[in-house]
Amino acid sequence: MNSETKSTETKPRGSARRQFLADTARMACGVGLLGLGVGLYARNATALPPAALRPPGALPESEFSAACIRCGMCVRDCPFDMLMLAKPEDPMATGTPYFVARQAPCEMCEHIPCVKACPTSALDHALTDITKAKMGLAVLVDHETCLNFLGLRCDICYRVCPLLDKAITLDPQTNTRTGVHTLFIPVVHSDACTGCGLCEKACPTEIAAIKVFPLYMAKGALSAHYRLGWVEKEKAGGSLVAPDGEHQYHMPEGLKYEYGKGLSVVPPGAAAPGAVPPAPTFKALQGDKL
Amino acid sequence: MNALPHKVGAEAIAEKGWLAATKWLILRRASQIGILATFLVGPWLDLWIVKGNLNYSYTLGVLPLTDPYLLVQMLVAGQSPEQLAWIGVAIVVAFYLVVGGRGFCSWVCPVNLLTDAAHWLRTKIGIKGSAHLSRTTRYWMLGMTLVVAALSGTIAWEMLNPVSMLHRGLLYGIGFAWAVLLAVFLFDLFVMRHGFCGHLCPVGAFYSLIGRFSVMRVVLPARAACNDCMDCFAVCPEPQVIRPALRSIDGAAPIIMDANCTNCGRCIDVCSKDVFTFGARFTVPAPTSSPVSGSVQAAPK
Repeated sequence: MNSETKSTETKPRGSARRQFLADTARMACGVGLLGLGVGLYARNATALPPAALRPPGALPESEFSAACIRCGMCVRDCPFDMLMLAKPEDPMATGTPYFVARQAPCEMCEHIPCVKACPTSALDHALTDITKAKMGLAVLVDHETCLNFLGLRCDICYRVCPLLDKAITLDPQTNTRTGVHTLFIPVVHSDACTGCGLCEKACPTEIAAIKVFPLYMAKGALSAHYRLGWVEKEKAGGSLVAPDGEHQYHMPEGLKYEYGKGLSVVPPGAAAPGAVPPAPTFKALQGDKL
Repeated sequence: MNALPHKVGAEAIAEKGWLAATKWLILRRASQIGILATFLVGPWLDLWIVKGNLNYSYTLGVLPLTDPYLLVQMLVAGQSPEQLAWIGVAIVVAFYLVVGGRGFCSWVCPVNLLTDAAHWLRTKIGIKGSAHLSRTTRYWMLGMTLVVAALSGTIAWEMLNPVSMLHRGLLYGIGFAWAVLLAVFLFDLFVMRHGFCGHLCPVGAFYSLIGRFSVMRVVLPARAACNDCMDCFAVCPEPQVIRPALRSIDGAAPIIMDANCTNCGRCIDVCSKDVFTFGARFTVPAPTSSPVSGSVQAAPK
C-alpha cells in the first residue's frame, strides 16, 4: 500500500527528470555544435592574409581578435580614410580594421589619431612615436622587375620612404651586365621600417616589386642559441677565443711564403723557418682557453 | 489568434482612436530609425554626431557608450578595454537598469526592424506553423558564445552576430553580411515565429540579465478590466511574460517582472481597456485584489 503510493509519486517525478535531462542534452548538443562551428571559424580567421595590414600599434594577431571591439573608431579618425573594416567574406576576423598598402598606405600621422581613438588595447596606446610602429615589413620581393635591379635609377621607394636613408638605403653594386655601371640596390632595414606601405604604393611597376607583408611573414629569426662572433667580441671588448697562432705554410725546401709578400727564396744555409713544421696537436688547435 | 476573423488591435483603434492605439509603436519606430539615422548622417552627410557603432560609440566627443556583452566577451577572451570603454559600459548598464534591459532590443537594435518585418509578412501571408524551440535557448547561446570566446581567445560571436553585422554593415559597408541578415529574416518568416530575437539572440539574452533588475516595467493597474480579447498576447513578441501579471498567477503583482519583456509597449497600444501602462517596478497600482474572473483561461504560447 505504502509502496504503491510511493511509486505513483516517484514515477512522474522520474519521467520529468528524464525529460529534463533529455532536453538539456539536446540543447547542449545543438548549441554546442553551433559553438564548435563558430569557434573553428573564428580561429581560422586569426591569421592575417598577406595583403592586409593592421593599423599602427596593433597587438599581435592572436591577441588582436580578442581585444578589438569592432567599433571602427580608428577608421573614422583616420584623416586619410585608408582603413577598412573586414567584411564577412574577407579572410580575417569580421569587423576588424585593416588596410591594403597598394591601395592606400598609412601616411604615418605624427599624432596617431587611430590609436588614440581605440577604446581598447587592440591598438597599443603606449605607441606615441609613429616611427616605432611595426605594421609590417617592406620586402623587395621581385629582383627581376625592380627597375633599380635592372640598372635604372628609379629610386622611388627610397625617395618616398618617410624614414629616408634609415628604412631603405641604396647599396651600390657593380652592374655585371654592362661592366661599367653601378646598380643601386634598395635594401630594407627591419629595425627602422614601420611597414607603412608608402613604398609599395609608389612602386611604378605594373605589380609592385616591393611589398609590405605582415611581420610574421616577412621577418626571419635566428635560432636562439646563435651568437654573432663580431657582436660578442665588441660586447666583451676583445676576442673570446685564443688568438690565432701564426699560420704555417708547407713549402718546398728553399721557398718561403709570407702574407702580402708572396713567395720568396730562402738563401741557402739560412734556417728556413717552419719549412717542415711539426703537425699541430689537437690541444694546440683548441687554444689555451679550453 | 483563434480562427475568428478578428483583427488584432481593431478594438483598441475603435475605442481609443488610431493614434492612441499606435502611439508606442510609432515612438518605437522613431527611436529605432532615429538612432540609426544619427549614426548614418556621419558617413552619408559628413555630419559627425556619433562615431563608431553599437559595439562602441562616441557621441559629440563627450559620451562614450560600450556594449556590455561585447566587453564581457573581450574580458573572457583575455583582453581589457581602455578607460573610455569602461565609462561607456557603466553608462549603458546604468541606463538599461532604468529603462529595462531588453529595451535595447525593441528601441535600439536595428535587427528588430528586420524581424518585425518578417513577423508582419508572416502574419500577412498567413504562415501558421512554427518550429518549436525553447525560449531558454538564448541563454545556452549566451553561455556558448562566452565559452567559445574563452577557448578560442577571440570575440568569436562577432564573426556571425547579425546585430553588429547589420549596424556595422550599414555604416562601414555590408559585404556579404546581407546573406546572414537574409537568413535571419527567412528564419523568422518561414521557420519560427519570433525566432531569432525571441529564442536565439545572445545579445538580447545578455540584456535580459540586466533587465532582471531594471526599474521601468509595464504595469497593469487596471487588470480587472481585462476582457480577454487576447490582443496583447497576439502582439507581444514574448507573450509568456504577460500571463503571470495579467492572470495573477500565484498571486503575482500586476507588474510584468519577466526579464524578457522588451518594454516595447505594444500591449499598451492594443488594449482597448487600457489595462497596461508604463510604470516602475515599485509601483503598487490601485488595489485590484479581486482575482480576475477569466483567470482560468489559458494563454496561448
